[in-house]
Amino acid sequence: MIGNRAKARQAIDKRTLFSVISASSVGTLIEWYDFYIFGSLAAILSSQFFPKDNPTAALLSTLATFAAGFIVRPFGALVFGRLGDLVGRKYTFLVTLVLMGGSTFAIGLVPGYATIGFWAPLLVLLLRLVQGLALGGEYGGAATYVAEYAPEGRRGYYTSFIQTTATLGLFVSLGVILLTREALGVDTFADWGWRVPFLLSILLVAVSILIRMRMAESPLFAKLKTEGKVSKNPLAESFGKKQNLKMVLLALFGATAGQGVIWYTGQFYALSFIQKACNVEFVQSNIIVAIALLVATPFFIVFGGWSDRIGRKPIMLLGMALGILTYRPIYDMMYSLTDLTQKQEITDARTIDRKLSSQPNGDRLTTTTTTHFYADGTTLKETERVIRGEATAKPAPAEVTKAVTLPTNNLLLMILLVFVQVLYVTMVYGPIAAFLVELFPTRIRYTSMSLPYHIGNGVFGGLTPFIATALVATATKANEAAPGTVDKPYLEGLWYPILVGGVCLVIGLLYVTNSTSERVEE
Amino acid sequence: MASLKKYLGVIWILLGLYVGYDRITDSLAKIGSNSLEDRVFGWVVLLVLVPIVVGGLILFGKYALEGEYSERAKE
Repeated sequence: MIGNRAKARQAIDKRTLFSVISASSVGTLIEWYDFYIFGSLAAILSSQFFPKDNPTAALLSTLATFAAGFIVRPFGALVFGRLGDLVGRKYTFLVTLVLMGGSTFAIGLVPGYATIGFWAPLLVLLLRLVQGLALGGEYGGAATYVAEYAPEGRRGYYTSFIQTTATLGLFVSLGVILLTREALGVDTFADWGWRVPFLLSILLVAVSILIRMRMAESPLFAKLKTEGKVSKNPLAESFGKKQNLKMVLLALFGATAGQGVIWYTGQFYALSFIQKACNVEFVQSNIIVAIALLVATPFFIVFGGWSDRIGRKPIMLLGMALGILTYRPIYDMMYSLTDLTQKQEITDARTIDRKLSSQPNGDRLTTTTTTHFYADGTTLKETERVIRGEATAKPAPAEVTKAVTLPTNNLLLMILLVFVQVLYVTMVYGPIAAFLVELFPTRIRYTSMSLPYHIGNGVFGGLTPFIATALVATATKANEAAPGTVDKPYLEGLWYPILVGGVCLVIGLLYVTNSTSERVEE
Repeated sequence: MASLKKYLGVIWILLGLYVGYDRITDSLAKIGSNSLEDRVFGWVVLLVLVPIVVGGLILFGKYALEGEYSERAKE
């Protein structure tokens, strides 16, 4: 009888736990989805809201990209972390969800620059700031909430479900964008169809809010509240007391900074490299990343679960070490798969297609598409667009775009190379929620863990694409000025994640203690 | 190991100062550039990344030197 009762209780607890995980994960997935669609649609949005020929609008565009990407997130961590430690986890991350969903939906409704002028970029910038703030508050709440429900010894496993949501959010955003684009056609999508992924998010948010409303407060926070032990000033306690501040710094320099650069390299820089350095065609490049993400996602849970047995530290640091050691050969291989100078062109098969069309202002647009075929099955589509004005006007410089389409075997190899990088992401990211939760006491946990997480991911990680691109540009310029100065300039961008990851690896190895399951009740 | 952790504090402080010097000079060059993206990027690095890296690494190094991490890091 007693045995049956214990079994029933265990079953209920497990059911409750999975409801908690579902409610938290769906919310974070939607937040990441909301966050990524802006990045994925950056090119279309910049033409709708931020015309490049207007310097003020262009400035707002750059700020909107930078601001929500990483500048505002640590502030969101402070604001909502404090609220979460004062009021509770449940209500705080309910607020962040509403703010995120509402602002994403609103971006889908903002009229373009052509209709309302400067209000368009200004409104989008403001909504992006709200998005960044909300994202800064969401993750800490969800991770803390799940961890405070999870049983001793299984915290890594259960919190790893939250860790899958960032990757799944990116995956879902790519899927929705590709499907909408396919359904509406490229031109309609560029005209108004891009609004659909933004507007769709409101349905997902409504469902998530309903699920979250039904959840109870985290048991550890509720206990703290009943006992009157809730922190009166979580910010001062987190960052004003040496014993907490030193752990915040250790979390940042010994774990999250390295995790952030590995994450952004594997999931974002890889896509940018495939599109810009390798010139792989838009749909194919997104398919490569989407498949790699989908196949690698279960490993978040695998590594999260392992971290309960062998500890968080060895898994996270191994992921960092593998990234540091193998990024250069991996990216070199990715480049060589698309390096047309190493391929033999079938010159007889080359096709040229020329189209003439009139522009609204009377100018003539000549579009010449040359398709090159290579012996290994690779094709290159070179599109040259030349606009010629009135007979007296100077012709504008030709705009040339290249799109490489890979044959099946090279495509599979490219997917494998991205998959390996995402596997490193799952190693560093899978156990980190449990690691951070176990580092800080319940009364200041939301505040203390959110800040190093968002500085590590937002600032160190978020800067990866920008710094890497700047390093490549500098190396390319140096090579143009004096050929041969830098060997393989396209690999220079990897020095940033390698160096940040290297410092973090050394600090993590020396200073971080391995843990499998610390007590988190205090 | 405890003394290694302690004395490596000097390295973290020096690293913080070096990264600060390196990034400040680079950011100032970018802020003076004609490209809008470069200018914004320069300001972001100067105002966001530099204070975090310099302040954080120096403070981390100071705590390491004081032996704060020499015993059990997770206390």
